[in-house]
Amino acid sequence: MSSATLTPPETDLARRKRLSIMMVFVCTLFGAPAQILIKTGAGRVPQHVNWFTALAAMMTDVPLIEGYALYGVSFILLTLALKHGDLSILYPVIALTFVWVSILSVLIFHDSMNAYKFAGIAAIVVGVSVVGLAGKQ
Amino acid sequence: MTTPVSSMALVLFGSFLGSFATVFVKAGAQRLEMNLRSLLSNWRLLVGALGYGGSSFFFVLGLRQGQLSILYPLVAAGYMFTLFWARLFFGEALTKGKFAGVGMILVGIVLLQLGNR
Repeated sequence: MSSATLTPPETDLARRKRLSIMMVFVCTLFGAPAQILIKTGAGRVPQHVNWFTALAAMMTDVPLIEGYALYGVSFILLTLALKHGDLSILYPVIALTFVWVSILSVLIFHDSMNAYKFAGIAAIVVGVSVVGLAGKQ
Repeated sequence: MTTPVSSMALVLFGSFLGSFATVFVKAGAQRLEMNLRSLLSNWRLLVGALGYGGSSFFFVLGLRQGQLSILYPLVAAGYMFTLFWARLFFGEALTKGKFAGVGMILVGIVLLQLGNR
């Protein structure tokens, strides 16, 4: 078989892989505000109550509902990405959510940026890149 | 502030449940076809979504009390679990690169949490 006949499916696979990673990337852009809304909502769930009361409080909390709606969007994107991509490559990319949450917290809640956070963001970005490169081999 | 063992157990269970939910989402996604009927009959995706909901519920319960610097690494442990499930259920290769990358991600999550104190 000549290399010409092998080329199209390989390129197609590479394109699909890239598309899958991009979809998970977009998924994290929805996941980050979702997490902030859920954190806001969770902070308002009363402590020292039984699980049923806690669940009832969670199901009527507006930020929590908005947060889960955004999670719904990110869930759909993740599903579409996982249709073709490898779990062990795509799932670690979701960790970028932590990066966006930190940046959003600085921008919206004026949290301070410090050396720990900077190092943490760098470590996650490098870690996700390392996993992504591992997938290319 | 001390961290109750119950909080650690709830968060760890949430991570475990979440990593298993991911297995169902992946299995469901592989069987996904772009029509409504296949989507509605895809019970694996439903189990995955419910699993994520359950996982999040246990995180919320667990994170109400205790030190986040102890609890967050347990949240992050889900990434490691998922690597092992990818090998076990989908036969994906576990390379050094993947472990190194996920290791860095875990370190990053802990550093971020330290910076948040």
